[in-house]
Amino acid sequence: MATSSTPALLDIAEVSKSFGQVAVLRSVSLQVAKGEVVTIIGPSGSGKTTLLRCVNFLESYDGGSIRIDGKEVGYRDAGTRQRRSERDLAAMRAETGMVFQSFNLFPHLTAAGNIMLGLTKVRGKSSAEARAIAEHWLGRVGLAHKADSLPAELSGGQQQRVGIARAVAMEPKILLLDEITSALDPELVGEVLAVVRSLAEDGMTMVMVTHEMAFARDASTRIVFMADGGVSAVGPPKEVLAAETTNERLRTFLARFRASHF
Amino acid sequence: MLSQILYALPFLAKGFAITLWVSLLVVVLSLIAGVLLGVGLVYGPAPLRWAVRIFSDTIRGIPILVLMFFVYYGLPAAGLHLQSFWAAVLALTLFKTAQVVEYVRGAVASIPKGQSEAAMAIGLTFRQRLTSVIFPQAFRRFLPPWINGVTDAVKGSALVSLLGITDLMQAINQVIGRTYEAMPLYILGALIYFSVNYALSYASRRLERRFAFIRD
Repeated sequence: MATSSTPALLDIAEVSKSFGQVAVLRSVSLQVAKGEVVTIIGPSGSGKTTLLRCVNFLESYDGGSIRIDGKEVGYRDAGTRQRRSERDLAAMRAETGMVFQSFNLFPHLTAAGNIMLGLTKVRGKSSAEARAIAEHWLGRVGLAHKADSLPAELSGGQQQRVGIARAVAMEPKILLLDEITSALDPELVGEVLAVVRSLAEDGMTMVMVTHEMAFARDASTRIVFMADGGVSAVGPPKEVLAAETTNERLRTFLARFRASHF
Repeated sequence: MLSQILYALPFLAKGFAITLWVSLLVVVLSLIAGVLLGVGLVYGPAPLRWAVRIFSDTIRGIPILVLMFFVYYGLPAAGLHLQSFWAAVLALTLFKTAQVVEYVRGAVASIPKGQSEAAMAIGLTFRQRLTSVIFPQAFRRFLPPWINGVTDAVKGSALVSLLGITDLMQAINQVIGRTYEAMPLYILGALIYFSVNYALSYASRRLERRFAFIRD
């Protein structure tokens, strides 16, 4: 767990953001150390996904600072809030992997092609090298035999596993997972979570937004509970998910969650 | 009758060549201008977007014939004298460009936002996102309306005869003027236009299949 003595890999400090009049993030702070798996839970509209999207600057933010490995993410400087150049932003984003709820595979490229695109265009690998890396990762997610399939020929679970392979093949410092099983049929959720678990065992630093409470409890080092755009509770899974929590918002959320899922 | 038509064939062939030449110029020039302006309309800075929007809406709101007469008879008043051939090509190109702009805008806008986001997330720059992710997908959606537009351009090129250019249409009219064989010549003309456009439609169906993302 991040402490003041070990600098955090991801350091989110007092980040705030509004969409017009609506404040979606209110001074959110969170540190994530290398190798941690941090899960963000919370009711919809609590800012979980927005926070995640700020980390690779798919969303800009109005105040505060986000640093990865000590480097400010979207702005040249948190004070002046001068946006980084397009080239700079692209280079920064290549250091964070992201897996999306709706997979967002490139439909015109094969499974291997999806993975190879970033490797060749961003990492400057030859297509033979990229192909080898793509095949390695497809093997890791159990899809070695689907390298030349187009996304439309894959099931949702298979598509999402390609999505994960595409993100990790870039060797990101941190992997962001945005409700990656929410669009899947229940029987396909397990195969995707198994891949995430094996990445966690390899020491991949991950921040994920999920509604899979059982998975969050078993796989995370810490759980963050967000409510109304702020961090309402944070700690080891056992503490945060404890039924006897004194945090009113959290208790309501968990009670509602248990009522609807069990 | 047949001998008269056979006698006129080389003259008709010359007209047909002009029709193809006008069509080719219009199609190629409007493709280049339309793609550039269309991309500008989607991704450009606000002043460029407004300019393209005004251009496209204005041009599409004017009949081609009016546009052609305006360029040929109107522009000289502003000091721009064009030969009838180039006036016709310019007018048809302007008209076609406005259509291509809309095809490009529609095709690019139809690509879900998640595609650019996924491309951003793996670290592609703006240019790389366009060339590797957005355009290859948009191209498929651009193709069918554009090919339709190409056949329109071939048909629409017949209007250049009204500026006295001897294209296929004008050649046919002149041969009819000499032979008074209106029916067979118009049928011949229709068949030629139809053959060109049928070939284009056929090619377009092949292309669409070629770029479908789901294999048969």
